[in-house]
Amino acid sequence: MSKKDLGLLILILVVGAVVTAINPRFLSAINLANTSNLVALFGILSIGQAFVIITGGIELSVGSLIALLGTLFIDFIAVRELDWPLAFVVIIVLGAVIGFVHGWLITRLKLQPFVVTLCGLLIYRGVARFYTADGTAGFAFGQNFPTLEFLTAGRSYGLPNSFIALIVIAIVMWVVLHRSVFGRYLYAIGKNEEAAKYSGIRTGRVIIAAYVICGVLTALSAIYFAMYTRSISPASHGQFYELYAIAAAVLGGFSLRGGEGSLVGVILGTVLLQELQNLVNLLGIPSSLNFAVMGGVILIGVLVDQQWGVFRARRRMIEATRQNVAGAPAE
Amino acid sequence: MAHRLLSGAMTSTDTTHPDTAPFLSLEAVRKTYPGVVALDRFSMEVRPGEVIGLVGENGAGKSTLMKILGGVTRPDSGTITVDGTAHDGLTVEQSIGSGIAFVHQELNLFENLDVAANIFFGREPLRAGPLKLVDRARLRDMVAPLLKRVGANFSADAPVASLSLAQQQMVEIAKALSIRARLVILDEPTSSLPMAETEKLLDVIKGLKAQGISVIFISHRLHEIERVADRVVVLRDGTLAGTLAKDRINHDEMVRLMIGRMLKEREKAGEATHAPGGVALSANAVRTSTYPDRPVSIELRRAEILGLAGLVGSGRTELARVLFGIDERLGGTVTLDGKPLNVGSAADAVANGIFLVPEDRKLTGILLDLSIAQNISLPNLPAHARRSLVSNGTELATAEKQKKNLGIKAPSVFTRTGTLSGGNQQKVVLAKWLAMNPKVMILDEPTRGIDIGAKAEIYGLMRALADAGVAVLMISSDMEEVIGVSDRIAVMHEGQISGILDKDDFSQENVLLLAVGKKPKLLQAAGGVE
Repeated sequence: MSKKDLGLLILILVVGAVVTAINPRFLSAINLANTSNLVALFGILSIGQAFVIITGGIELSVGSLIALLGTLFIDFIAVRELDWPLAFVVIIVLGAVIGFVHGWLITRLKLQPFVVTLCGLLIYRGVARFYTADGTAGFAFGQNFPTLEFLTAGRSYGLPNSFIALIVIAIVMWVVLHRSVFGRYLYAIGKNEEAAKYSGIRTGRVIIAAYVICGVLTALSAIYFAMYTRSISPASHGQFYELYAIAAAVLGGFSLRGGEGSLVGVILGTVLLQELQNLVNLLGIPSSLNFAVMGGVILIGVLVDQQWGVFRARRRMIEATRQNVAGAPAE
Repeated sequence: MAHRLLSGAMTSTDTTHPDTAPFLSLEAVRKTYPGVVALDRFSMEVRPGEVIGLVGENGAGKSTLMKILGGVTRPDSGTITVDGTAHDGLTVEQSIGSGIAFVHQELNLFENLDVAANIFFGREPLRAGPLKLVDRARLRDMVAPLLKRVGANFSADAPVASLSLAQQQMVEIAKALSIRARLVILDEPTSSLPMAETEKLLDVIKGLKAQGISVIFISHRLHEIERVADRVVVLRDGTLAGTLAKDRINHDEMVRLMIGRMLKEREKAGEATHAPGGVALSANAVRTSTYPDRPVSIELRRAEILGLAGLVGSGRTELARVLFGIDERLGGTVTLDGKPLNVGSAADAVANGIFLVPEDRKLTGILLDLSIAQNISLPNLPAHARRSLVSNGTELATAEKQKKNLGIKAPSVFTRTGTLSGGNQQKVVLAKWLAMNPKVMILDEPTRGIDIGAKAEIYGLMRALADAGVAVLMISSDMEEVIGVSDRIAVMHEGQISGILDKDDFSQENVLLLAVGKKPKLLQAAGGVE
């Protein structure tokens, strides 16, 4: 765990302690279970976003994708009566395909990630609304999928199953990001794509893979969100979720220029965001201020982090100069 | 002082006034950086209307001197006298205020604006009224005489993007004149210019001189210095190596002062001990996107250093990029060890043992934010991994070995490469390829911006590679280097190989003649070369 992550963890604990002192219900089992479920749903989404951000890209379409894929999933199992495992696989594959198309447009046709995924944001939302004729996708009365519901919205040993899923995904993705050859390539490309290419890395493929990972994880979280809300009105479902994911990554120490950030960081960023949401509810702050609170905290967080970086760089330089003056010529 | 000057007028009247007081004089200037003496006991003077040629190798102290004159850095000691007033050091405002203007190698122009807007950027004449609109008419009136003085053949409202490089440099010079410059410092203005454009620029310099404006002309192209300079100041290792008066300015003398003792070091590193082997890489009628109508054929032999000379823009880097798979090959064939090879990406080239040490070290050679070890392992990462997971053990062992073999000076292999000196960064680039098994090694300007000691080491490494049977292609614009290091020299001119020299025919003159397409005189080089 880096110092940055540790600072974030301490911040989460401090905020948690303050909220508990004001409203002890923060630590109640039901509140913790609810919050951890939300952390799981947003966490899966944010990990996907993090893989794209680390390459220096951005994926703005995830909120719309959650609406579209969620709508399709419910439609598949509730209306078209597909077997849910089949529907599950179809949705995940669809997420992968969309991710691939985004990556392909960005690397092969040299379009900017912002532009490609902004168009995706508009297109998927529109398609989802058209698909339901601007209505609502939901289950009929009495429709039940016991296994699916257990896996998505159920609990084991008091923990939401979604949260367990997040932990498993996080561990796997941690290994991928921080220990694998692919992860090293991601960082290298984020730092300097051109130099990575000159080192013989197939940068296009790596970037496409990052968007595919983001698409798959987004599809997975779309299913979780669908089973969590159980009814979807595509006009508003998942709105701004891309910004939650980006915010979690930024809070977690990711640079939008790419090449920086850790998996632990993005998880902690998600936790902090959900804690703030929860805080707004528990402390009786008008929920209309929700976004304002989040924005304020992110701004302060980024500011402190950046100033700390400047401070450390300056100290390092003074140190280096002092050593050089003391003798030992550089080189 | 002449008020007007016809464009390209080659006045032979000597407007230098040896008796008048110098406009600028430096006395015993010294500047040190941590661990390095950049400039020491340096003195020079510039008289009004005098053209000074300033030459010296990379790292000789030219840029430090420029920074001091521009007011960017303060010397540790010494005196700078400008127009009769003595200073311990200049500020940027003092430098500009006393009429010292710079034209840098990298132009600082807004390509999307027109000429007039660029020249008076931030100082535009405004119309009366609260809106402060730009007075276009007056702006044009102000720009016109400036353009005339530099002999411009373009109009004030031409967009800068539509101008050639030399024309853009004229805009920069007009900008300098607009602040009533009395000394214009041109920092390698011709290094990216084609021949014909260079001629125009040299004429502009003569024009400035005729108007009584002093010029400091920094260039690596010694024959240009020979043609325009009234006096040559040579820097070496931060000190004044010598000053040549007009009648003593010649190429050999400048080279002797610039590098003198270094020539031997180069020759030592350059001797082949093995006879060249068979052809490793051969390109047949390959075409690049820069010169799509000019097929290039070249053969790289094992155990040989082939120097690739030519002027900037002659297509050498483009050829290297095609061979390494960065750029698309538009036509022709490439064979490796006699077998046809299709390199569609750098990854393909690396897989086949064709490696490139690129021209721009910091942008493409290494990742400045990664450690030495991570840079070295990057192209060969799968070999350092078990089941796709990176194994730090073999990665670090490889890095340690390379660090020791190449003598990379750094606290440890975990050191960020961004903190290393240019020479050590270049060694890291080499190390990452040496750690694999090179068959063909292409080096594009491998010693640019590297200090003398590291240079010799890199020559030694190249020779060791060749001795081990690797085919080495060295692109270089440094004439001494090409001649000192290569076993054969291929010369490019406007996208094609204009000739190949064997060791017996090596001479600066031969290389230069081929570089300009075998034309005996350099005067009218544009086009028409077969």
